[in-house]
Amino acid sequence: MEQYLSIFLKSIFVENLALAFFLGMCTFLAVSKKVKTSVGLGVAVIVIMTITIPANNLIYQHLLKKGALAFLGLPNVDLTFLGLISYIGVIAAMVQILEMTLDRYFPPLYNALGIFLPLITVNCAILGGSLLMVERDYNFSESVVYGFGCGVGWALAIAALAGIREKMKYSDVPDGLKGLGITFITVGLMALAFMSFGGI
Amino acid sequence: MKPLRKMLDRMHPSFSKGGKLEKLYPLYEAADTFLYTPGEVTKGPSHVRDAIDLKRMMSIVVAALVPCIFMALYNTGYQANAAIASSESITAFSSWRAAIYTGLGFGYDPGNLLACIVHGALYFIPAYIVTMTAGGIAEVIFSIVRKHEVNEGFLVTGMLIPLTLPPTIPLWQVAVGTIFGVVIGKEVFGGTGKNFLNPALTARAFLYFAYPAQISGNFVWTAADGFSGATPLGALAAANVSEGMASITDVTWLQAFLGQMQGSMGETSTLACLLGAGVLIATGVGSWQIMTACVLGAVGTSGLFYLIGSGSNPMFLMPPTWHLVVGGFAFGAVFMATDPVSAANTAVGKWIYGVLIGFMTILIRAVNPAYPEGIMLAILFANVMAPLIDYYVVQANVKRRLARNVA
Repeated sequence: MEQYLSIFLKSIFVENLALAFFLGMCTFLAVSKKVKTSVGLGVAVIVIMTITIPANNLIYQHLLKKGALAFLGLPNVDLTFLGLISYIGVIAAMVQILEMTLDRYFPPLYNALGIFLPLITVNCAILGGSLLMVERDYNFSESVVYGFGCGVGWALAIAALAGIREKMKYSDVPDGLKGLGITFITVGLMALAFMSFGGI
Repeated sequence: MKPLRKMLDRMHPSFSKGGKLEKLYPLYEAADTFLYTPGEVTKGPSHVRDAIDLKRMMSIVVAALVPCIFMALYNTGYQANAAIASSESITAFSSWRAAIYTGLGFGYDPGNLLACIVHGALYFIPAYIVTMTAGGIAEVIFSIVRKHEVNEGFLVTGMLIPLTLPPTIPLWQVAVGTIFGVVIGKEVFGGTGKNFLNPALTARAFLYFAYPAQISGNFVWTAADGFSGATPLGALAAANVSEGMASITDVTWLQAFLGQMQGSMGETSTLACLLGAGVLIATGVGSWQIMTACVLGAVGTSGLFYLIGSGSNPMFLMPPTWHLVVGGFAFGAVFMATDPVSAANTAVGKWIYGVLIGFMTILIRAVNPAYPEGIMLAILFANVMAPLIDYYVVQANVKRRLARNVA
């Protein structure tokens, strides 16, 4: 139990995909103008990660890993080179399903997310989560916790950034820094504050 | 005071539009409004104006810091003198400071109040001057280029920065940290009131991560060569768990409360911070909700850890009463957390924000072995979360009122 809690907290705070690894920056910066949309996107990312990382874990453990095909009598086959393409395929499929579900049941959120929902497919935070999961060789239940934690961490970061950016509407930022420039600085300062968790 | 007013009035034309020194107007404006209440009155439609403006507010914070500054001077000198007096092998750093100190005829005597204050001043005052110069230059350049007023918020930031640093910090680092805090932490967002992190803490965090050797460890807290002494938190974190609280040998609770212990210059004395808190609360400048919530959060969390206990982590064995007086907790909760710009602004939000700070402080102290002290990072983290907290408090309020009107 303790090991799951540790993975969960670590993936939210210590190894926050957005603020420690700077993954998924394009959506992170582009969709963080309003708290409402960014929370919606955050929830979408949580859902996608919680599904795709364990799914990719199953694929890795039972098909791709060296020796995983032993049950077919092929103990020496190592298919890890197919990793990238299979993970991204799984992610793309999941995003399609999520998109259809949102379109059907939550049209306002679907419209608010717009182009960024399909773009989750190529959100590097999600692929990054899968790759880190493989690198650390998590088992299935660990990968469920890890996927959920990564999603929550990313959602927390984007919600906090959106809160700050809403407040910053009243800021008088120098012309050259307006828009993305100041957002990058903001994200850097947020990462400084998240350093409090490094080393746990 | 008349001649001063007359002199300022005489200078006014050359600084105003079309004058010779038009570009330096922010400097004139800063001096003028610092000395006198501005004469301008609202011209447009009805405005509600408080008699107390931002400048008076910031001056009150500086006044509230006076006890802390006094303790900073005394304790820095006291720790150095006590260390030097305790052993032959520990000496004062051979520098211009020692030359001035002995030149004034003082000996390294920890019992002599004046000697301690003078010795402490030789460390605090240079750091303060460097902060004000470096930060002031950055501030003035920005206000001239961007044509906004020099703001007294910097007086507070400039006072807080040296108070949060250890006495032995190299002065160039003070300058680098201050400029980072003022420019990146505040000015790029448009100056006082527009930033989202506390500039003084941004400066300190920058120094902490950029030059950890000069701002943490056992050799930086006392200005004496060859002396090694940990802060109570550092000592306990490094201690064997079986010793528990007994590993804090050189400080009693009362000493920690009064401020006679190792630590950053201004943070050691809980008593001085309480006096400051009294001033801030009485004048309404600092939020009592945030301070109370910080204490509640810290006491709750540390009490919980204390009850759970631990067989491997000595930090769990520190009782809540100690947590409140060691390290920078009191200083941070009173002066840093209540910064009205970076804190939460809604009534309920303030409580959540304060409890979050208290909770995170103890969590970092107890659970994170990388940092013995947590208040700085806890406040920065809460600063990041504050706009989100406010947002949800406001949304909840909107929802509640809508529901009430429907019914």
